[in-house]
Formats: sequence, C-alpha cells, structure tokens
Amino acid sequence: MHAFKYHKPDTLAAALGGGGDDTRYLAGGQSLVAGMKLRLSQPSDVVDLAGLAELRGIKADASAVTIGAMTRHAEVAASGEVRSRIAALADLAAGIGDRQVRNMGTLGGSLANNDPAADWPGAVLGLGATIVTSQRRLAADDYFIGLYETVLEPREIITAVAFPVPGKAAYVKFKNAASRFALVGVFVAQTAAGVRVAVTGAGGAGVFRVTEMEQALAKRWSPESVQSIPVASEDLTSDIHASAEYRAHLVSVLAARAVAAAG
Amino acid sequence: MGIPVALTVNGQSVTADVEPRTLLVTFLREHLALTGTHVGCDTAQCGACTVLLDGRAVKACNILVVQAQGAKVTTIEGLSGGDALHPMQAAFKQHHGLQCGFCTPGMVMSAVELAGRMKDPTDEQIREALDGNICRCTGYQNIVKAVKAGLANAG
Repeated sequence: MHAFKYHKPDTLAAALGGGGDDTRYLAGGQSLVAGMKLRLSQPSDVVDLAGLAELRGIKADASAVTIGAMTRHAEVAASGEVRSRIAALADLAAGIGDRQVRNMGTLGGSLANNDPAADWPGAVLGLGATIVTSQRRLAADDYFIGLYETVLEPREIITAVAFPVPGKAAYVKFKNAASRFALVGVFVAQTAAGVRVAVTGAGGAGVFRVTEMEQALAKRWSPESVQSIPVASEDLTSDIHASAEYRAHLVSVLAARAVAAAG
Repeated sequence: MGIPVALTVNGQSVTADVEPRTLLVTFLREHLALTGTHVGCDTAQCGACTVLLDGRAVKACNILVVQAQGAKVTTIEGLSGGDALHPMQAAFKQHHGLQCGFCTPGMVMSAVELAGRMKDPTDEQIREALDGNICRCTGYQNIVKAVKAGLANAG
C-alpha cells in the first residue's frame, strides 16, 4: 500500500473540506483498504468517516426505513425494526460477504463504491430508495451510472438512505461460492410507485431494472409471470465465473424465486 | 509521518506512533509480537487473521490500525487465562478441530464471537458463521464438532 495522509474529522463540514486533491473517503474499508493494498487505489489522502456519529443508526416509521450511511451490514441484519418493516433488507444484509465483512462494511460505503456484484444496489433500485447526501436527495433511478460509477461528486458524502416500506419484497441471490458476491441477485418489490424488479451482479453496466418483468408482475403477481420472460444476454457480464447466457438464465429463475419468496 | 494510536489489546493499553497505512494485523504481529494472529491469503478471504474488535469478529489484514483507534482488540493470545485454555480452545483440542493449525486462531476467534450471539446454533448456523474462515486441510467436520462443544462448555 502506498503512503497517504490520514484524517479523522468529527463533523460532516470538516469531512467535506478535509484532505487534498486526491482524497478518498473511508467508511468500513472492506473494498477500499483491499483496493489500496493492491494499489488499484492510491489516494494521497484518506478521510475516515468513522467519527461522524450522525451517519450511524436506523430510524423507521410506517412509510420508510432510513439507515445511516455508516451503519454496518451486521447492524442492519440484526435490526428488529428493519426486519419488521422490510424483512428483505435484513435478509439481504445478512447475506453480504461473510460475518467479518458484515461487521465492518457499511451501507454507504457499498453504495459509493457501486461494485457491479454488490447486493445493496439491488435493494436501492428495487425499492426505489432515496439516497441522501451532504448536498442533495437522489432518486435510485438517477444514482447509478455504470461499473463503480455513480453521480456522486468527488466532494459529496452519502449520509443516509431512505427505503420506502413496500407491500411485498424479497431478494434472492446466486452467490459466487468463493467471494460470496452476487453472481446474479434479483430484488422484487410491490411499492407505492408500482412493481419494481432490479438485477445486480449481471449487468455489464451494473444494476438495472427489468421493465418487462415489472409489467407482467403488475398484471399478475406470480412466479409464473416472470419465469419465462427472457433477458437479453448482450448487455450482461461474461467472465470466468459465468457466461452472459448463464447469467441471463439465472435472472429469470431468480426473479421467479424472489416473487415466490415475497409471497 | 507517524500518527499516534491508542488502543487496548488483550486488556493492555497500547500506544504507538504508526504510519497510517499500517494494517491492524501488521501492528499486532510486528509491533506487538502477537504472532498468533495469522496472515493467510492477505486478501481478506481466508479469515486466518480474524480478531475481535470491540467484540466483533473482523479481518485484521483488511483494516488499518487507525480504524481501531480507542477500541478493544482481542487476539487468540488474549483468550486463555495463563495455562488454562479458553473453553473454545479446549474444545478444538478435544475434538481435533484442526490439522495443520494455520487457520485455527481465526476459526477460534469467529467461534468465540458466535458464542456471544447464539447459545445453541444448528450445524448449519455454525457453518454459516464460519463462512469467512477457510480451512485448506478440509477439516470442517471436526471444526463444527469443536465449535458445538465449545459453545456448550462456554454456556
């Protein structure tokens, strides 16, 4: 790992102004530290957000569950408030990586990194969540751009994510057995704004929605509605773990399983 | 260059000036000579470097020591009281939950964290809890047996 200057501010304002030209924000560090060890990331300055208490915690009411950006996956998984309102979120958090990763990794860190095989983007897009940052509120549909790419500005920090409470929702993923990232993950939900189907792990440009499946489920909420809807493989990822055609097949299979799991 | 860190390791207060890029596992092994915490893959997959950070099992090879500022860290050396093995260590010995032993410190630390969360987990729950710990001797059968016995003894 290359040397860097370390900063640990205790206010959001100081975090926004801290560091130099090539600053990276450190949340749980489960992707960033690993990337720095491999020198894939070589920031001159690291600003640690762990001192910002306002970025932690879970608030819930009848219409939404709002989770602070620095809340760890394990905390979301263990939250009774999350489980009682959006069980699919608690299930998703409980299936991220492994126990040790969930004990450090955070919601905000995952979303800022936007790994194409991460789980959280599926929930954020699948529920139509709102990403709250240091300067604005972003709709999920406007947030994700591509691989490891979002609309976040270099000096913009996610502070919380507001997930609307859905009628029904479920997330089913097919894990890469070694990394436990999603080879394909499908999040389905009945929300106040309509049915949503989001796919992570498979897209060549990251998480995406499947409108054909959404329309079919809006007409009839049943696994049979989606299991035979094909997804074009042209825009999907092909790598040593799975071909694009296999991923396309998994999307339909997992969408049906997710609808069944949602009930 | 160095920045000051202060943390508690196995009940002892520790202060040091470190380079910010120092990993927690490097600090434990090279600064404090606590070599029971192992580096296996060095890419945060194998779990041999697992320690407890304020009671949470974490991978010390994927954390900067500055992230443990002010925290309580427990390593495998901190489990036993003198010559008396911790119940989980004793269970690993009794049930031969190891072959080469390289992964064992991490396995034991993950199992100790599990003991704080679940009193009577199923075999499947034990295997899930050890998802982040890899044994390349394929000794999982006895590891699961040992964890089950260790949890019973700890209770």
